[in-house]
Amino acid sequence: MSAEQLAEVSDQFVVAAVLLYVVAMVAFATDLAFGRVRPGRAVAKAAARQPVAVGAAAPPPGADVLPESASVPATPEPPRFAAVAGTAGLVLAWVGWVANLSAIVTRGLAVDRWPWGNMYEFVVAICFAAVSAFLITQVRHDVRFLGGFVMVTAALGLGLASKVFYTAAGPVVPALDSYWIAIHVSAAIIASGLLTLAGVTGILYLVRGDGPSRLPSRADLERVAHRAIVFAFPLWTFAVIAGALWADRAWGRYWGWDPKEVWSFITWVAYAAYLHAKATAGWKGRAATIVQLVAFGCLLFNLIGVNIFIDGLHSYADVD
Amino acid sequence: MSVQELEKKQTPQQAALGPVGWLRWAWRTLTSMKTALILLFLLALGSVPGSLVPQRGVEPDKVARIYEQNPTLAEWYDRFQLFEVFTSVWFAAIYLLLFTSLIGCIIPRTAVYLRELRRRPPAAPKRLSRLPHSASFEGELGVEEAARRLRRMRFRVSTGDGWVSAEKGYLRETGNLVFHVALLGILLAIGAGSLYGYRGNVLVVEGDGFANTVAAYDRFMPGSQVSAESLEPFSFTLDKFDVAYQVTGDKRGQALDYTAHLKVNDSPQAPARDYALKVNDPLEIDGTQTYLIGNGYAPVFRVTDGEGQVAFEGAVPCLIEDKATMTSGCVVKVPDAKPGQLGFLLQFLPTSVPLVDGGHASAFPGQINPEVQVLGAFTGDLGLRSGEPQSVYTLAEPEDMKKLKPLLMGTDVPKPLAVGQSVQLPDGLGKLEFTGVKQWITLQTAYDPGRLPALLSAAAAVVAIALSLMIRRRRVFVRVGEGRVEVGGLTRTEGSAAGFTEEFAEIVQVLSAGDKDVR
Repeated sequence: MSAEQLAEVSDQFVVAAVLLYVVAMVAFATDLAFGRVRPGRAVAKAAARQPVAVGAAAPPPGADVLPESASVPATPEPPRFAAVAGTAGLVLAWVGWVANLSAIVTRGLAVDRWPWGNMYEFVVAICFAAVSAFLITQVRHDVRFLGGFVMVTAALGLGLASKVFYTAAGPVVPALDSYWIAIHVSAAIIASGLLTLAGVTGILYLVRGDGPSRLPSRADLERVAHRAIVFAFPLWTFAVIAGALWADRAWGRYWGWDPKEVWSFITWVAYAAYLHAKATAGWKGRAATIVQLVAFGCLLFNLIGVNIFIDGLHSYADVD
Repeated sequence: MSVQELEKKQTPQQAALGPVGWLRWAWRTLTSMKTALILLFLLALGSVPGSLVPQRGVEPDKVARIYEQNPTLAEWYDRFQLFEVFTSVWFAAIYLLLFTSLIGCIIPRTAVYLRELRRRPPAAPKRLSRLPHSASFEGELGVEEAARRLRRMRFRVSTGDGWVSAEKGYLRETGNLVFHVALLGILLAIGAGSLYGYRGNVLVVEGDGFANTVAAYDRFMPGSQVSAESLEPFSFTLDKFDVAYQVTGDKRGQALDYTAHLKVNDSPQAPARDYALKVNDPLEIDGTQTYLIGNGYAPVFRVTDGEGQVAFEGAVPCLIEDKATMTSGCVVKVPDAKPGQLGFLLQFLPTSVPLVDGGHASAFPGQINPEVQVLGAFTGDLGLRSGEPQSVYTLAEPEDMKKLKPLLMGTDVPKPLAVGQSVQLPDGLGKLEFTGVKQWITLQTAYDPGRLPALLSAAAAVVAIALSLMIRRRRVFVRVGEGRVEVGGLTRTEGSAAGFTEEFAEIVQVLSAGDKDVR
């Protein structure tokens, strides 16, 4: 296949991924709307304290994050189609994930370089990372409730990339032609994917009240967000430092307060504040979640806003 | 007892708070987590204007433009040091307070940690079933055997009468402390770099050379401890500069590769060697890096004056007006021309194509059909003898400009000149010849002794933060007796309970399985 054909195939994979994510979102939403109502606070904790049976193997996957409790007062058994929809959503999400991955791979083959050299490719990759973070978490813990929200975020992200940031396949400027793009941008993409997952969970936390709901308890939501950030923070630290190393190769200084550098720093400080607030100052719940979402806002502004609104060395976005 | 008396009794220390007390209070407040959090937020918030207001160190031309367009605003910005946020007094105050708070936090924590490292795990509690994780099984298991198995799982173990207590995950706090020390290291490295390092920018035209001396730089930014003699004595000549452009497709005209072919002398005595300088691949000579930053065109002109003398000959670096087509604006000043000084405003078009309206424009950044459009020619006093510094990219100061007599302007200007063509000035005042095209590059030279320490600190910080966030501190207790073994476990890290369930189950399995299944 020629480079042009490959680029075209890549574009079609993006469209396919958007459609699959949208259908998966509907399926997840059906599961959530008609599925089991979950208790509010405190019940989850009691379940977690059940002693481990003698000789029992590790609990089945999905059992520890969201323990279903028998003590929910008189909830009717959810209809069967809800569970079916949930499974269908997962399958569709995986197929969409494959389409998203194929879009990235074919794009990379078409341009013969790492396929995150401009805003379009970068956003497509972040959506892929966010969906990956969700699906990989789902393998071990039941976080199906997140599905609909992650899907809608990814579908919107891909749509935004295709409509606003679209850049025809082509070579990058010499400054971006370096092996550092594989290290620095990949780390930023993975960290951003995880932090997006945390951000979506944080928003759900604020939406959910303390009473019974179809969403998991607030404590569980908080835990999911916290774990994602705990994984993402060292990665983000690494991404920023790898960026500094690259800047040292390309621009003659490792740190020069370019707008992108400033906002990476702000984002880093904001997530550091979140971790401190949680670990040492003992902030919980709403307060910690709001700090997390402020940090997430900084991340989004850094990823997208800085490239569009502010002129700087990172203005590789190719956005007209 | 009256109310006042009661109040007095309740706040006795307030009256006694002397200078030492106040100091202690200040120190305690500064090193508290709440203050650290506020300082962290302030640090983030304080950085924001640094990205919105142009910074002197990064974009000096934009700062100058604000001064021109809105002097009042610029003055106010300057009053709050918003043009140099990251070297401002108030920004320094925030991070110095933050780092003081950090030191005040890590010193006591290190002391506590060292004490903990030497201590054995505490005795097992009486009722293990009350712990967050617990299990029990039938069987005979000696205290020594349980301790042995836990040790094999790399637990730190202490034993007592019928109980074993084990702890693991000490690296978490090590990571935490190393991370924060590493941040201090980064700060110190940056500080050392700005004191003992320097940066310089220079523009070099093809065929010209550069020697690393303070005078050779167009802009030199030394640290306060840098002396002119401390510059590494290398030199080089720019033989040739090559640019590869994309010629087809949507990205037509995009630069693909820049290569500057240099002849480098590492020291005055050293023999010259060839070096291909590229973006992302600096020239390194003994800790001093030279980077390829920018490039442009420098058309070559010869100006013959009214008396028939060659009054100017050389390459003139032009400012890029449009990056996509490399249309560039050039200024030629000829103060030695007689009878009057001459000045030219020109436009360089690397790939000149005629437009429908009769004008010309550049269609491609590479030089396929290089032409020079004369925009204006002037005679009169260019104001060069005033002794004041002048920009080489403008013909004259606005007030001097008004006094110049235009020779060619507007509709008088000829068609663009190709290489080898010339234009005669009216009244026999001379002629301008366009004789060739050279290219210029801008280079940045940087010496930063803080680079390596900063890198090492940063690497330590990444490893340490990963340790500190991924490892959980956990304790496992075992009580044996009367044919029953009880096991209890807990994590000592907030928010890390998830995942321990599996590990705890495995530990129980190893304890109950005996030797046949020990890992």
